[in-house]
Amino acid sequence: MILYAIILVPIIGAFIAAIFPNERLRPWIVPFTAIPHLALVLYALANRPPAVAHGMLGLDALGALILFVVSVLFLANSIYTIGYLTCHESWGNRTFIVCLLSFLSAMSMATVARHLGLLWVAVEATTLVSAPLIYYNHSRFSIEATWKYLLLCSVGIALAMLGILFVGYAGLMGNGVADISMDSLLSTASTCSKPWLRAGFVFLLVGFGTKMGLAPLHTWKPDAYGEAPGMVGGLLAGGLTSVAFLAILRAVQIMGAAGEQMLCRQALMGLGVTSLLVAAIFVIQQRDIKRMLAYSSVEHMGILAIGVSVGGLATYGAMFHVLNNAFTKGALFLSAGNIHRFYGSKHRCEILGSMGSLPFSAGCFLIGYLAITGSPPFAPFLSEFSIFRGIFDGGHYLLGGAFIILLAIIFIGMGSTVLPVTLGPSYEEHKEASTQYFRETTLTIVSPILLLVVVLFLGIYLPAPLKNMFMQAAALVEVGR
Amino acid sequence: MSDIPNIIMLTVILLSFFILGSSRLGACIQAVALQGAILALLPVFMHGMTTHSIILGLGAFLLKGLAIPWLLLRAIKQVKIKREIEPRIGYVPCLILGALATGCAFIFGDQLPLAGEHVHSLVIPASMATLAMGFLLLITRLKAITQVIGYLILENGIFLFGILLAEAMPLMVETGVLLDMLVAIFVMGIVMNHINREFSSINTEKLCLLRE
Repeated sequence: MILYAIILVPIIGAFIAAIFPNERLRPWIVPFTAIPHLALVLYALANRPPAVAHGMLGLDALGALILFVVSVLFLANSIYTIGYLTCHESWGNRTFIVCLLSFLSAMSMATVARHLGLLWVAVEATTLVSAPLIYYNHSRFSIEATWKYLLLCSVGIALAMLGILFVGYAGLMGNGVADISMDSLLSTASTCSKPWLRAGFVFLLVGFGTKMGLAPLHTWKPDAYGEAPGMVGGLLAGGLTSVAFLAILRAVQIMGAAGEQMLCRQALMGLGVTSLLVAAIFVIQQRDIKRMLAYSSVEHMGILAIGVSVGGLATYGAMFHVLNNAFTKGALFLSAGNIHRFYGSKHRCEILGSMGSLPFSAGCFLIGYLAITGSPPFAPFLSEFSIFRGIFDGGHYLLGGAFIILLAIIFIGMGSTVLPVTLGPSYEEHKEASTQYFRETTLTIVSPILLLVVVLFLGIYLPAPLKNMFMQAAALVEVGR
Repeated sequence: MSDIPNIIMLTVILLSFFILGSSRLGACIQAVALQGAILALLPVFMHGMTTHSIILGLGAFLLKGLAIPWLLLRAIKQVKIKREIEPRIGYVPCLILGALATGCAFIFGDQLPLAGEHVHSLVIPASMATLAMGFLLLITRLKAITQVIGYLILENGIFLFGILLAEAMPLMVETGVLLDMLVAIFVMGIVMNHINREFSSINTEKLCLLRE
């Protein structure tokens, strides 16, 4: 019951938003859907409801972790959304809010799906409902970003479908049963036909890897994150990528159960290192702050892939890092959205010294930068350190060295953009010109601040229930190692 | 086993060739509609008259054969275009590449480890050939609409493979897959319309503002 409710509550919210007549009050539907959603998620986490719908919907530790991350991030973004949408009241927000809430529903469905087909349907639905969100600004740039996002992700996801069918065929070949529910696959994986299973994994990795934005499949990412409104960027970078990561982990689980970890490890490690490299190259001298954040997202997807590929302590680190990446990226995109709004630009040279005009947003942006690059005492430091230790425990010294050098390059590269933007000398003329258009309000700054407080708190003290959640999720990925 | 499924699959491949070689968008859309419609017959021929295959076939027919082509025809009417202008690779080289891909698909299909009943079946080579030709269209064409047609052919190739596994997919999931596709084409149609309004053309070449 509760699993149905988690999927249906946002849909009901979307229906209400669709028929709600008042433009000014409509944005309030978003947090008032997000709060019951989070409450239901917390209840489900505490009680672990049994699988429903013939085992197609169920909540395991991995799904629970991602669901929790998505729900909290969405709540934070929903508060910001109210403040954001009041700026452009004449634009109309009905489509935007309906799509935003459907997006939450689709992501929730992907986290509780225990059937690869259903997982696919949910992930494809996230692409479709998030396309109008990216197009919110209705400019030449945003239409280009939307088209690339839509076409690349749809084709990518189509390949994932082929991968799912291959996995099904592996079952048909191996034991005559083509059942692609997770439970059946995990129990019969060892009897599946190995060549088809491997081919299926590769297609799943390419398909969902496109969605997750692992290099070299990331080309839509800077465009889409750059042109999307702040909170949409945050939801894509923190929520959707985590969901796509979950889909890849499902494939890893199946391969693990079939005793085919080697291929998973090598493929994930290759994509992970490529992602770090690409991010390190493009983040340097990046003129656009949102595109910079997109490349940072590519970097963190690479870190997650490396974490899972190395295994052991690093897998635990990767699970922890999913949460840290989501919350910190959320805070960064929200504060970057404020800066973008205030100056009407996201180019480095036009937004210098934003600390003077936007103390809270610029402050969050600066602190978020320190957190995401892995500075202590923020939680990403802990998770990245766990992955780092896992790498050395596993004896991958070369990988460890490359990992730390690339992270250092990205730290410096991002710093050369973030520091002038926040702390540099500012242009006075901007102040008068833009203050009427956008001001920091409680609604637009409370979310990034809260997200950063959580990230700081988790860096200092990690509560036992959370730690258990990461451990259990890591244990599921580690099956068969 | 009757020959009808094989005839259907050969027709599907021939239709892909037709689309690869045709510059008239209306004809391309009609061809892809026909491709979808005859593909929808396959589940019934391959799995018999079960409820599952009838519903799947009917759903696929309504969506692939009627609803999606209707959306696409409406889209080209709105943006008032009839022809693909210059593809990145000419039509004849495209057809040759398509033929090569088909040949490779058949050779490769022979090498694959297959379950006994599928060894001499055309399904796997036909689906891989269709996939490859969909990709070819996606890569070589400049108009947004032809790229969507390429995506549809790609999906048709995957659908063809999926017919082998019709039992693995519960009806609810199949319905979800088909609905997702319909919505995808719907959203793509809207975006195409906006591209046309913004750039006065749907050539994706013009979408080059965002780059490093």
